[in-house]
Amino acid sequence: MSRIQSVFATLKAQGKKALIPYITAGDPHPDHTVPLLHALVEAGADMIELGVPFSDPMADGPVIQRASERALVHKMGLRKVLAMVKAFRETNQTTPIVLMGYANPIEAMGSAQFVALAKDSGVDGVLTVDYPPEECEVFNQQLAAADIDSIFLLSPTTEPSRTELIVKQATGFLYYVSLKGVTGAANLDIVEVKKRVADIRKQTSMPIGVGFGVKDAATAREVAAIADAVVVGSRMVLAIESSDAGNLVANVQALMHELRAAIDSV
Amino acid sequence: MQVYDMPDEHGHFGPFGGVFVSETLVEALDELRVMYEKYRHDPEFLAEYAYDLKHFVGRPSPIYHAKRLSDKVGGAQIYLKREDLNHTGAHKINNTIGQALLAKRMGKPRVIAETGAGQHGVATATIAARLGLECVVYMGAEDVKRQAPNVFRMKLLGATVVPVESGSKTLKDALNEAMRDWVTNISNTFYIIGTVAGPHPYPMMVRDFQAIIGIEAKEQMQEMIGRQPDAVVACVGGGSNAMGIFYPYIDVEGVRLIGVEAGGHGLSTGQHAAPLTANSPIGVLHGNRTYLMQDEDGNIIETHSISAGLDYPGVGPEHAWLKDINRAEYVAITDEEAMAAFHNLCRTEGIIPALESSHALAYAEKLAKTMSPDQVVLVNLSGRGDKDINTVARLANISL
Repeated sequence: MSRIQSVFATLKAQGKKALIPYITAGDPHPDHTVPLLHALVEAGADMIELGVPFSDPMADGPVIQRASERALVHKMGLRKVLAMVKAFRETNQTTPIVLMGYANPIEAMGSAQFVALAKDSGVDGVLTVDYPPEECEVFNQQLAAADIDSIFLLSPTTEPSRTELIVKQATGFLYYVSLKGVTGAANLDIVEVKKRVADIRKQTSMPIGVGFGVKDAATAREVAAIADAVVVGSRMVLAIESSDAGNLVANVQALMHELRAAIDSV
Repeated sequence: MQVYDMPDEHGHFGPFGGVFVSETLVEALDELRVMYEKYRHDPEFLAEYAYDLKHFVGRPSPIYHAKRLSDKVGGAQIYLKREDLNHTGAHKINNTIGQALLAKRMGKPRVIAETGAGQHGVATATIAARLGLECVVYMGAEDVKRQAPNVFRMKLLGATVVPVESGSKTLKDALNEAMRDWVTNISNTFYIIGTVAGPHPYPMMVRDFQAIIGIEAKEQMQEMIGRQPDAVVACVGGGSNAMGIFYPYIDVEGVRLIGVEAGGHGLSTGQHAAPLTANSPIGVLHGNRTYLMQDEDGNIIETHSISAGLDYPGVGPEHAWLKDINRAEYVAITDEEAMAAFHNLCRTEGIIPALESSHALAYAEKLAKTMSPDQVVLVNLSGRGDKDINTVARLANISL
């Protein structure tokens, strides 16, 4: 059982839902990232999505794009991101880390080398935004051979026949994008999300995380009632953006406590 | 000879092309692919497209024998395919009409576009006005400043121009932003991509709509000189005008196809936009796999060219394929060489070429010199240079 699967199994046994915060590696400065990862765990993260900065983050909204730009000022490349995961693993062997990013940095490194380094660094899952299942067969096999989970997105426009195809290749959990648009876009329609998540459950028993529109404790609570995991990205990055080095950890943890309480109240 | 038949059904040109997009865009691209397959051979659709090309654009565009230029250069005869004489002044309109007619059939009342120099934006705004479609054009904030007349032109045509402040504030960022708009407004919006890049079916569809250039050229050359040219030369940014004139020639033996990239300040300076000539690595950007200018971490690097229309870090996937199978050759021309060719055509032929097209002219001059006077070089004169007079004046320290 992978680290991701065992987290979901444990939570399920406890009747709890997962809280998955997203941060971009190297934002606001590379020195902050590893301490932030530990701070997130301390404040209740069950799993962490760590964004790999990219110059052209097409599927992200302005908030996460700015995070990428801040990180890239410090030449925050994929190798450095993997080194951060390795540093985090020195004192944490339980919290899964999912890398979220785009195909080009992986292809620039070479997918085989990336998978080997990711394995060595203690990465648990990889979500490559612009790798739909049709375009990443070899990469997916390489990840599977290394026991790293392949996380795939499902969107409001994904047809059931396509969900079938994606479910076959996905491992760990499925990430349902709660709205039409980019990360951090308009408010999600909870009734629609509920219906879609119910439909997806008819096709798979894999855990389902929901993200792209969770803005506050209220939406986190609503999503937790439906999904197995709540992913909070842009809101988390906003907390980082509006902090300085002195109150960064405190602000991020305050937001985490709020979200944790909301999710656990379900 | 084997008949060229690319891309495959998934949009792959060998290892290039494909559909590298977020799941949120897959459904929209599937819909587009199905609708394009339905209409690309539909007689009624093609008749409407042909009617607009003739009566709205003014096609066929002539081929002109640049005798004085040929004599001055000394060597092969230089012929120009006059895309600069199209309505709106460039080849871009061939494609925007095709896609806008498709948008109309798909019931999408709103079209969006990205633009660099502004030519594709103007061509999109033009056809949107003619068809009564809402039009939003994304343009890098830097380009908005550099291309003020085209921004105003788009506004006159009723389009909304959105300056993009992210990243390098140029064409690639405008494309990112247009993709974001599309994913958010998929149900009522058609994204008119201006070049042979983007996810499948765009590279194929844009090529097909631009192929009219090469189809006409083949007939016209036969009429004018009784045979086909020895070489066809076109500039390549994303590569739509080049693909348009190359495509009908791919299966014609004995015709060299030469794409001219923007060499900027010179390949050795790193400040250029010539991924094919500079042997850039293969990567994934804007929905397809192709040769890409990038750093060792896989981040896209900023490009430089005097010509905004060529200032793009990637290249259409079919050009990458034509390079790999050795069917087309790719070379680079510097800013300085392009400027010299610009002035040369103005003075010897009374034609002001676009700075993009001036790259093709500059290489054609070099090539013609090495050939004999009974040989023929056909240059795709993809656009007129009125839009560039501010840039040219600024370089000469003249204020208009």
